[in-house]
Amino acid sequence: MATSEKSDLRQFPVIRTCPYTPPAEYRELARDEPITKVGLPDGTWAWVVSRHEHVRQVLNDPRFSADRSHPDFPNQGPAGQRPPRAAEADRTILTMDPPQHGPARRAVLGEFTVRRINALVPEIQRIVDEQIDQLLAGPQPADLVEALSLPVPSRVICAMLGVPYADHPFFQANTAAMIKRDTPMRERREAFDRIRDYMADLIATKEADPPDDLLGRQIRQRRADGAYDRRSLAALGFLLLVAGHETTANMISLGTLKLLDDPEQRARLGDDPERTAGAVEEMLRYFTIVDSGVARLATADTTVGDVTVRAGEGVLLLGLLANRDPDVFPDPDAFDVERSARHHVAFGFGPHQCLGQNLARVELRVVFDTLLRRVPTLRLAADVAGLPVKSDATIFGLYALPVAW
Amino acid sequence: MKIVADTTRCVGAGQCVLTEPRLFDQSPEDGTVLVLDDDPPPELHGAARDAALVCPSQALSIAV
Repeated sequence: MATSEKSDLRQFPVIRTCPYTPPAEYRELARDEPITKVGLPDGTWAWVVSRHEHVRQVLNDPRFSADRSHPDFPNQGPAGQRPPRAAEADRTILTMDPPQHGPARRAVLGEFTVRRINALVPEIQRIVDEQIDQLLAGPQPADLVEALSLPVPSRVICAMLGVPYADHPFFQANTAAMIKRDTPMRERREAFDRIRDYMADLIATKEADPPDDLLGRQIRQRRADGAYDRRSLAALGFLLLVAGHETTANMISLGTLKLLDDPEQRARLGDDPERTAGAVEEMLRYFTIVDSGVARLATADTTVGDVTVRAGEGVLLLGLLANRDPDVFPDPDAFDVERSARHHVAFGFGPHQCLGQNLARVELRVVFDTLLRRVPTLRLAADVAGLPVKSDATIFGLYALPVAW
Repeated sequence: MKIVADTTRCVGAGQCVLTEPRLFDQSPEDGTVLVLDDDPPPELHGAARDAALVCPSQALSIAV
């Protein structure tokens, strides 16, 4: 483990407090030291990488491991608390390295192709319309997070997986506990175990006659391959369930906030779905809600920019800065729905790039299209400066977004 | 122009399909890239280059 020799290192994680502007400390890093050492809460240090080119390089280099339960993996959690080494059956595509990662990802990729996701659009549209019906039937001001941001992706991923949506208060509460930075490791582990056990019990009920949902199809496929293991499938189901609702929910909240707070950009968006697709890419770039949580562990000495990263050293990949790299995105702090931003790294890069990215894109496009068309008078019902931002979570977002119409 | 896809590197993100569905599709089984036209007409050359740029595993190469 890399132990800090110097006490004058900048300390990570850095807290995001403004929905729009990256922390000032990030600015200094980007300006002075695109690759530099930072201190972590447990007294160790890691490299931080902030240029677009370097972030892409590290995330696409198999010499950097994604095994976050490795004892040397950079740990940004509270001092003295490391996640325990994951049992082999609990490891998912999120943390696997070659040669296990490729086949495991391909086993489920067919569920997430552009074609398969596009076929879900009518179902997603129906869910979005129902949630907006409920929003409009309720009192004003309303909290958009409760009314729309959380329910839409949660209902969509539940329908895909074959998870009863009625159970969402249970897994939303446990997910919230898992992604809060200051949740003690023991409680984090308990929340993790509760969702995993829930998923394993649910899968058990599907085994006798696997239904035509993602989990049911995985049971059939894995049995056909002679590789069915309930605990391993539960780990995958858990990952998809959690990743499928928290991330998109935060992008719905932040994207809506920005459009309501920037009438000129909202007007430029018009009502052309093609434009919305481009605007979604710009929102993903601008907010980059999964930021410093993206990390890797070097397994061999590797040159990144002017620096040699040694085997055993950790690297944090600052997607938020990479997505505001002025060499790649001119005038990077400007939010411009007409910018061509597809090469952002908000979904990561390399073999671990977000499996559900095309689902997220479609959900966001349908939400913004429908919300702006059906509720043209929608407006913020609170000061932006006072909004409760998720400064304490590893996935950035808003706890609430009061709106009226 | 010649588009070459390394399906052993491909991670099935679908970025190429999003960029230009007239040139790229994905295998329904494992999501990996299917090149629909490896010698595209000039009006699709820009899209082919964009697809190679955004490919997360750099599995697409373009020879002129």
